[in-house]
Amino acid sequence: MLKTMMRRAGKCAAVAAAALMMMSVQAAEPIKIGSFLSVTGPASFLGDPELKTLEMYIEKINEEGGVLGRQLELIHYDDVGNASSARNFASRLIRSDQVDIIVGGSTTGATMAAAPLIEQAQVPFISLAGAVVITTPVKKWVFKTPQSDRMAAERILSDMKDRGITKIGLISGTGGFGSSGRTQTLEVAGLLGIEVLADVTYSGSDTDMTAQLTNIRNTKGIEAVLNFGFGQGPAIVTRNYAQLGMGLPFYQSHGVASDSFLELAGSSAEGLRLPASPLLVPDSLPDSDPQKAVVQNYKSEYEARWGSKVSTFGAYAYDGLMLAVRAIETAGSTEPEAVREALENIKGYVGVTGEFNMSPNDHNGLSADSFRILEVQNGEWKLIN
Amino acid sequence: MLSEFLQYLFTGITIGATYALIALGFTLIYNSSHVINFAQGEFLMIGGMATVSMAAMGVPMVLAIVLAIILAGVLGIALQRFAIAPAKQADVVTLIIITIGASIFIRGIAQLVWGKEYHVMPNFSTNEPIEVFGAVLNSQSLWVLGVGAVLVVALVLFFTKTLIGKAILATSMNKEAARLVGIRTQMVLMLAFMLSALLGSVAGIVVAPITFTSYDIGIILGLKGFVAAAIGGLGSGVGAVVGGLLLGIVEAMSAGYISSDYKDAVAFSMILLVLFFMPRGLFGAKIVERV
Repeated sequence: MLKTMMRRAGKCAAVAAAALMMMSVQAAEPIKIGSFLSVTGPASFLGDPELKTLEMYIEKINEEGGVLGRQLELIHYDDVGNASSARNFASRLIRSDQVDIIVGGSTTGATMAAAPLIEQAQVPFISLAGAVVITTPVKKWVFKTPQSDRMAAERILSDMKDRGITKIGLISGTGGFGSSGRTQTLEVAGLLGIEVLADVTYSGSDTDMTAQLTNIRNTKGIEAVLNFGFGQGPAIVTRNYAQLGMGLPFYQSHGVASDSFLELAGSSAEGLRLPASPLLVPDSLPDSDPQKAVVQNYKSEYEARWGSKVSTFGAYAYDGLMLAVRAIETAGSTEPEAVREALENIKGYVGVTGEFNMSPNDHNGLSADSFRILEVQNGEWKLIN
Repeated sequence: MLSEFLQYLFTGITIGATYALIALGFTLIYNSSHVINFAQGEFLMIGGMATVSMAAMGVPMVLAIVLAIILAGVLGIALQRFAIAPAKQADVVTLIIITIGASIFIRGIAQLVWGKEYHVMPNFSTNEPIEVFGAVLNSQSLWVLGVGAVLVVALVLFFTKTLIGKAILATSMNKEAARLVGIRTQMVLMLAFMLSALLGSVAGIVVAPITFTSYDIGIILGLKGFVAAAIGGLGSGVGAVVGGLLLGIVEAMSAGYISSDYKDAVAFSMILLVLFFMPRGLFGAKIVERV
């Protein structure tokens, strides 16, 4: 009897010692940051700058001594914009790579495909995709850095209201981004008392939207037009809009907030407004703006390192990585539950995308104000508010 | 009311003219070899992208256009020489699959060379739209229509008045007989690929200021062109033109009057209807079986 107890105690001690040893070994081991991004394929414009940003800042953090005295190690897979491979890679990150945290998921599709698996494995996950469904309703282990399309709709419609516009025409793409944006716009419009008198769509591969815009033009009482869409479609809409001489205030969504859109749309874009990250206008932010320094730094560092233009999408990865680092530092370890809790309680982190105030009910932490309303003036973005 | 109708009509005719040009390219190759060349859309893309990139390098616009067309023509010949000719004994179906492979290959190269971004090409003439009875017409649409008309007339003349054109026709009617009277059918085939590449690239260039251009623009436009050719009846030149215009106009009208959501559905059900009642298309050749 005594013997067996002794033996058991001995076993326990051995296990404890082994565990201790393992922990001390682990202390020197790198912190594994897993990522699955759409680096190639149709969503490569998202994944490419995101991966570049992660690589560059992990390098930088490691040069500065790492996190908690441990180096960071990036383990990354390319999901080619395919949701099912995103799910497979998430599973590989969890099971065989045993990462401590996942920062990735370029598209909403990839994120949503991987989320249940990650939830089950209980690994903190910071998504870089936009749709509101990712964090509404709140999933315990899932966070995200971009603003949702609902915030964009709120920002646009309240800007319209400030200008005294109450009746609008809506044209949207039939892709995931456009149709989700359309739903959110209709909902928010109802709440703000704005009437949507015309509601037309176009598909991503359409090459001429004159017919849809003519439809809007012939609807009586419309005071402004909003286009919710992504890719080259909105640029064609913008051109057709100018050709038709619509003459009404014109809004686009954050989906086209980039310099390449200005290039495509050319002079037709003159006067249009859209909600965007301050990254497009780093120098016109007032000095009192807490984001100014962060935004300017990210832009200059990225452009110096990669020799290509900075994009808002890369900024989502920047914020994701910084949130992860901050959470691990606060938690003092990479213990998943502690990191998750630290993430959930991050307050006042000023990132490139906006100021994050996470809470158990809000795993995004941004407010609609993090979008700035920009107007195109003389072919350049101009900060309106 | 009239202005609305005209607006939809203009939109439809413009895009329809593009479909028609692509459909003509399909017809040319189909006629000479019974192959449906799914790389047709890539010629369109090469035309637009090469012009844009050369113009960006400082080559004058007109020269850039000419060079782009030549590049596409060379590519058409290369496609026939290196992909189709080595498999000459193969089935038509095998050849069609080869063209699909070739199109993926060309698209991949284009993506590597030119990147994935969309590019703009300036309008050939003024940016100011033209107003007709309250409807607005992009000045570039006139270019599309004009160039399209000239090409169609040129093709008709080529096939009816020149010896080479007649040789192509002869090969399409009966390859064996054509060979017996001394027509080099391989040469004819090469010519057909070159011509359809030229047609495709011209379509890609004139339409680029309206649609923008990118490495993957050929997929959807090529498919629509094929649909137009099928509606008109594969192998019929008139059919290709009518099919293209019809498809464009139906698309624009249904987007305007019914709902943009059903635009593609209406266009595709039209194909079903046409093919259901006239399996060989509107102007397809009647095949008489000889016993």
